[in-house]
Amino acid sequence: MSALLEVRNVSKRYGGVVANSKVSLTVREGQIVGLIGPNGSGKTTLFNSIVGTHPIDGGSIRFDGREISRLRVADIARLGLIRTFQQTRIFRQMSCLENMLVSVPQGDASLRAMIARPASDDRAHALELLAFVGLSSKRDLAAGSLSFGQQKLLEFAMALMNEPRLLLLDEPTAGINPTLINGLVDRLKRARDQLGITLFVIEHNMRVVMNLAEHIYCLAHGELLADGRPEDVQNDPRVVAAYLGAH
Amino acid sequence: MMPAWAKRWRLRALETVARCVPFALLVLRIILRWLPPALLALGIAAPFLLPSFQVQLTFLWIMIVFALCWDILGGQMGYNSFGNIAFFGIGVYTATIVQIGLFQDVAAYTAAAGMQTISLTPDQYFEGLFIGLAAAPVLAVIVAVVLGLALLDLRGHYFAIATLGLGIAAGELAAAWTFVGGSSGVQVPVYPGSLQSGRLLFYFLSAALCITTFITLRWLYTTRFGLAINAIRDDEDKAEALGLHTTRYKIIAWCIGAVFLGLAGGLVGHIIGFIDPREVAFAGASFGVWMILMAILGGKGTLWGPVIGAVIFHVMRELFWTYLFGWQNVAMGVLIVVVVVFFPFGILGWLRRRYPQLFVRDAAQPGAAE
Amino acid sequence: MDNLLLLFQAPPLALQLLIDGVLIGAVFALAAYGLALVWGVMNIINVCQGEYVMLGGYVALYVAHAGFSPFLGIPAAMIALFVVGWLGYRLVIFRIVERDLFISLLATFGLSILLGQFMNLGFGANIETLDAHLGTWFLLGGMVTVAQIKVVALAVTLVIAGLLIAFMRRSRLGQAIRATAQNARAARILGVDTDRVYAMTYALNAAVCGAAGALVAMIWVISPFGGLIYTVRAFMIVVLAGLGNLAGVIVAALGLGAAEQFVGFILGAQFQIAFVFLALVAILILRSWRLRWQRRYLT
Repeated sequence: MSALLEVRNVSKRYGGVVANSKVSLTVREGQIVGLIGPNGSGKTTLFNSIVGTHPIDGGSIRFDGREISRLRVADIARLGLIRTFQQTRIFRQMSCLENMLVSVPQGDASLRAMIARPASDDRAHALELLAFVGLSSKRDLAAGSLSFGQQKLLEFAMALMNEPRLLLLDEPTAGINPTLINGLVDRLKRARDQLGITLFVIEHNMRVVMNLAEHIYCLAHGELLADGRPEDVQNDPRVVAAYLGAH
Repeated sequence: MMPAWAKRWRLRALETVARCVPFALLVLRIILRWLPPALLALGIAAPFLLPSFQVQLTFLWIMIVFALCWDILGGQMGYNSFGNIAFFGIGVYTATIVQIGLFQDVAAYTAAAGMQTISLTPDQYFEGLFIGLAAAPVLAVIVAVVLGLALLDLRGHYFAIATLGLGIAAGELAAAWTFVGGSSGVQVPVYPGSLQSGRLLFYFLSAALCITTFITLRWLYTTRFGLAINAIRDDEDKAEALGLHTTRYKIIAWCIGAVFLGLAGGLVGHIIGFIDPREVAFAGASFGVWMILMAILGGKGTLWGPVIGAVIFHVMRELFWTYLFGWQNVAMGVLIVVVVVFFPFGILGWLRRRYPQLFVRDAAQPGAAE
Repeated sequence: MDNLLLLFQAPPLALQLLIDGVLIGAVFALAAYGLALVWGVMNIINVCQGEYVMLGGYVALYVAHAGFSPFLGIPAAMIALFVVGWLGYRLVIFRIVERDLFISLLATFGLSILLGQFMNLGFGANIETLDAHLGTWFLLGGMVTVAQIKVVALAVTLVIAGLLIAFMRRSRLGQAIRATAQNARAARILGVDTDRVYAMTYALNAAVCGAAGALVAMIWVISPFGGLIYTVRAFMIVVLAGLGNLAGVIVAALGLGAAEQFVGFILGAQFQIAFVFLALVAILILRSWRLRWQRRYLT
């Protein structure tokens, strides 16, 4: 498996605060990789750096062999690198189906493509994905009227609709009813198995991470603390200390 | 406790009503389906039915164009612009200057500040008119692209205020530019024919413009473009994160508004007969802010909202003018404040909250109940 | 362009423009500070700021016409506008305080139109000015004239600004205002009557504008529809300086005043107004480009 995402010595500071310090990690194609660490360890900042929300202060980020640290968010998204948000961002006033339709891959930027009707293939695909996440019955409702958990599922479906190669998920199970988490984890795995999407997941829920990820990176205080197989990282004394010692 | 006979009566009454409801809904649907053609027929007949109101009716069509054009940017895309009037003003000036310039020296004409008259033969007038009307939206779009690239990076209230500055700056620049008459403005060539035929011509041109605008937008909102601009409104960062070419969509939306506003400007210049840079062309404090008001009053972000808002607004304005003369501008100011403070969602917005089932929109099919 | 050369040939001319600009800029600073106050505390961009300034000018005008010293017009305008501001809050503004910024923009814009029309109806459309009957100082052998009233205006501005700052720092209400600006919910929980704070803030802003207006009437001109440009000036200054930056507001205000005078001289008076609005657009665009370079948005 080739390296799809290579992060090398990435640093980011906000004013006087160092959010990331020389972080390096690799995500191989087809993997499910987890990113863990106590609150404030710089996980979301790293995600933001990768997807281009802000420029980095040092280091390099390569996606599929191509340097992306200087690209803008939309360009990186069109290369196939999609992220979901911790607070769950969807288009609240549009219906779920419209949310899906607007999420189609945006490669073709010609005027003709922009003023075309949504293709019936796209519509069918959207309905399929809505069924995949169990939101078929909500397809015509305004996305803002869904419950938080349903919005998370919608965001996930929208991300899938965009046909990414790498999907960055920021705490996908946060705030979800524990009884529904298994279903979500199952869908995440299926997204990788059936759709070939590589996943890079920030998670706080240890059970989920152990179940889902094949390789884990642990950040603490903005630095990479440990990485390896889930069982190894889980038992690494440094990781335990970071979590227990963190305020 | 109701006596048994009363209970039976009440039950019968409710049953009858319940049975009538589907029928009533059917009637309502028929009415809504035939409403646009009926309105169209009414629109065509109107200037003949109400000859003394021809000019006001003409302006009604123009007002609807104003509201629809503002709504593309403000209601559908969430970019509240206070400066769309700039494109209108460009259209006003372009159409007339081109028309004059084809047959006479513009600089000399404007320098004479009304002392020099211009007499065009009917052929010249119409040729000039139509070339002018063709040039107006072209220039408006060119300016729109340039300005859009600069301004559409701004968000929220910064965009609103920057466009406000733009609208007023345009008026001031026009008032300072002697080639287009400076503060004295430009006298538009007089229509070579009877007053009545001139009014009818511009009435139907305005109506045609309005209907074209409406149909174009109705189609546009069912396309991917419509979805994209709504997404930009709801969460622009998320739209970017999904790879949408937000800048491109924003500029196209801006330009579409510019085209129709430019055309409207070309027409209004000729309807009024005189171009004043601050009062007619770049009338920010009147047309400019009314555009916003009408769309909000009717319900921004919907297709019919701006139309309804424009009709109500225009009628109220005419009533104020007739019955509150002297105080009509104060009344307009009060109206603005009242609408914005108490009805920010507008009529259709209020309806949508009360009866959401009426507003189900299917993106893959042409406009439904809206 | 000839005028530009003239500036180099006759430096005293440039000095004259600079002094005039700085002196009037001081008055802009007052309006800007008030705008920043309302913006910071209530998250409202008060588009009728300029109309309050004009109203203040008219109050001063009437005080003078009634036979009193024009300087009495300053406190009179402050009091009158304080009342107007309070009423404005109680009638309209309180409804839009915690709503989205566009609604408040549009509502205050509507108010500005309303007030402009009232002034037009009530006072006539003419441009008015007030003669304070003060002399002129002549510098550099008569080449540079400084109207004493302008210097007095600067002094008054400094006094008012000083009083405001002291009020905000020392008084309980001032502290309540600052607390509400930082976190309205927390302030409420701690017992601050935020509604009263908002009313006071808005009224205070109007009073400051009133003072500015009285000064404007004496050193320049007022007219019913001349308010918007003051709003725009105030907004520009606040955008340039940043919301909390008082020193920045002063510097930006003086700079703007001077820039306007120079542009008015070089390009002609008719371009001066266009310059102000174009400068606004330019400042916002440049700021946006700078943030874009840093990949953040001006929100």
